[in-house]
Amino acid sequence: MRGLRIYAIIYLVFLYAPILLLPLFAFNDGTIIAFPLQGFTLNWFYELTQTEALHTATLNSLMIAIITAVLSTCFGMFAARAATRHEFPGKSGILGFVMLPLVLPEIIVAVSLLVVMLQLGFSMGLWSVIVGHVLICTPFSIAILNGSFANLDQSLEEASVDLGETQLSTFRLVTLPLVMPGIIASLLICFTISLDEFIIAFFLSGNEPTLPVYLWGQLRFPGRLPVIMALGTLLVVLSIVLLVIAETFRRRGLRRSGLKDTGGFL
Amino acid sequence: MKTGTKTLNRLLRYITKGQGRGLVLVAPPFLYALLLLAAPLAAIVLFSFWTQDFLTVDRTFTLANYREALTDPLYAELMSRSLRIAGSVTIVTVLTAFPIAYFVSFHVAPKRKSLWLFLITIPFWTSYLIRVFLWRVILAYDGPVNGTLVGLGLIDEPLNWILYNANAVVITLAHAFAPFAILPIFVSLEKIDRSLLEAARDLGESHIATFMRVTLPLAFPGVIAASLIVFIPTIGDYVTPRLVGGSGGQMIANMIQTQFLRLNNAPMGATLAVVAMVIVATIAIVLVFATRKIGRAPK
Repeated sequence: MRGLRIYAIIYLVFLYAPILLLPLFAFNDGTIIAFPLQGFTLNWFYELTQTEALHTATLNSLMIAIITAVLSTCFGMFAARAATRHEFPGKSGILGFVMLPLVLPEIIVAVSLLVVMLQLGFSMGLWSVIVGHVLICTPFSIAILNGSFANLDQSLEEASVDLGETQLSTFRLVTLPLVMPGIIASLLICFTISLDEFIIAFFLSGNEPTLPVYLWGQLRFPGRLPVIMALGTLLVVLSIVLLVIAETFRRRGLRRSGLKDTGGFL
Repeated sequence: MKTGTKTLNRLLRYITKGQGRGLVLVAPPFLYALLLLAAPLAAIVLFSFWTQDFLTVDRTFTLANYREALTDPLYAELMSRSLRIAGSVTIVTVLTAFPIAYFVSFHVAPKRKSLWLFLITIPFWTSYLIRVFLWRVILAYDGPVNGTLVGLGLIDEPLNWILYNANAVVITLAHAFAPFAILPIFVSLEKIDRSLLEAARDLGESHIATFMRVTLPLAFPGVIAASLIVFIPTIGDYVTPRLVGGSGGQMIANMIQTQFLRLNNAPMGATLAVVAMVIVATIAIVLVFATRKIGRAPK
């Protein structure tokens, strides 16, 4: 029992080791990423503000992530609604197929889209990355929203229809507010996944690099590494803030539908 | 005309009520996946039967790529190394993850379980590239692992076999996929009816025997799910072998990338992708069927 607890704590240290080291090097006044540390500096963060290419890449990534989050969540709502409320022929096959990118290696998704786009003569850019990201984010959105729709008491919608609301106004006035926490959680999770995704963006971004693609290019230059550490620190803080918000909304959603918490995402 | 309106009405009724409603709802994501996943996957298969000379694609059907993929020792080595690495990652990840899932499910107060799960999943959501890169720092010759070991006097000089080889790939991937293994095992442990464990104890089984004969078999589906969820994506990983694998730790995805983006040989890259997919799918199906058989066999 005590052994298990100690093991769990060691395991958490293992899980957090990389992101705990990150800020150490981001504030370290030395160009080599190694111990011992040299001293405190904010230089690397200042340099971030001076790098034009980084700003372009960040804007590209933000645009891709926002559009991906909205599209994937819309698809997620359709699929989750169908999965939890309706029976139809081929249901498990269709839903299983839509969930497939969850287990498919990303490089397969990336090269297959690359081949098609090259053959059709499309020029690649932000849109082609969005196409790929929506494909891999939709399953996550479905998984989150399945929970929200399954927890939704169907009699509330029936009552609304009985009281004279149309299907559409019922959806807007009853369903949507109740699944809203799930929708926000899904938006945030898809946003985070898209912002961080590398392989698909690497193959499909053409000459409009996203943030991870830019980062990848910089990893080759040892002199740029401290700046990358500073950037990484900002990204980690941003992801954690977004996740805490997403988790809060998810829990609020569970409370709103009067259910007890059974675990996290995924 | 009349029959036309009749069918139209029937179609409308089918769509707005009953079964059709679900189909209409699921249609947008399904069509999207059909168009942008199924069609491209089919294109990859088609491509693997073609050849390419610099930029011109020759569309005559040929099995030459497959012959090359299956006989060239370089591809065979990369493929078997990918399988070995993905297999080791799966075993290491599942074995180290099980005690954590067990701890959270059995020894953490119900109120604090979601906090633990949240803590476990946070690192997973932070930049993958940066996490992998930091493992390069951690495992480096002058990195903290070697520093600590030398400092403690456990070794005389830094170890040079922990970075730029297959070991480093296994460690880094085991870290990256930890939550994927912990969550399914946790879910299957949570489903176990606790009164079964009490019954086993009441009937005189020891703690260890109860664990071996009740808990473990009931958690088995979760263990298999965890294994598949770790194994399938790791076999296609590109970033980790590239950053920490050195020349001896490169995997099949690195070769697929080289074929597509460096050698301009998309058909060969497509062939390797198809071969990898077929091998992974076969292993997954065999594993699923084998466990179903075990699950059904009388105990």
